[in-house]
Amino acid sequence: MDRIPILKLGYALLVTIQVDMHDRLALALEEDLTAKIVSAGARGVLIDISGLEIVDSFIGRMLDNIAAVSRMLDADTVVVGMRPAVAITLVELGLSLTGVKTALNVERGMQLIHGRLIGVEADDGDADD
Amino acid sequence: METLTTERPMRVDNSEDVVRVRQEVRKRAAEIGLSLVDQTKIVTAASELARNMLDYGGGGIVTIEIVRNLSRRGVRLAFIDEGPGIADIDRALEDGVTTGGGLGLGLGGAKRLSNEFVIESAAGRGTKVVITRWK
Repeated sequence: MDRIPILKLGYALLVTIQVDMHDRLALALEEDLTAKIVSAGARGVLIDISGLEIVDSFIGRMLDNIAAVSRMLDADTVVVGMRPAVAITLVELGLSLTGVKTALNVERGMQLIHGRLIGVEADDGDADD
Repeated sequence: METLTTERPMRVDNSEDVVRVRQEVRKRAAEIGLSLVDQTKIVTAASELARNMLDYGGGGIVTIEIVRNLSRRGVRLAFIDEGPGIADIDRALEDGVTTGGGLGLGLGGAKRLSNEFVIESAAGRGTKVVITRWK
């Protein structure tokens, strides 16, 4: 079965979704990511969706799930690279992905994750943002 | 309104079929010159409705037509299943109402993403949804 590769990028994991996702692929990705967060001790997950022409409620729910599970494993999820037409369509669809952080590109997503880590290290009392 | 072309009906029995429907709808929408945003909207609506058929209707068929109304062209899609049907259509169109495991955005979302939306269904009689996006 096809699998979506997960790359380790410092303390974060990077997943680039380029193919049209079907159920099994989405479920496999959720499982693989969860296992990899733990085995790699990752503190963040970047999901690059710049290759996706559409995000429907199925993919939206997958992104929400990944973010929720990652959070429980102490990793931040940032969805990056959403196309403008996809953003417009998602809002009209009624899916605003409130549980998911977003950034324009991978670089800014990394900054977001990095910023949180620095913040946590600098001020342990305020770790819970 | 007249029908210019009709594609061979596509069966939707699994999630790979949903992907194929999306690709075919994208092709037709691009063909009639829909803007990128409008293409994205109709493809997303198609994805929601095809998945609905799969999740609630036990699969079904999709037909894609290019239609014309005076000088306007549009893409018209029909989603037909022989599943249990919908007893309360108004309620099924509300956001957040689901009888499956989804988000309950499928029908209402697809309606918002289309210019025209027609649904026919009754308990035990299957469901037919027809949507159109005009250029």
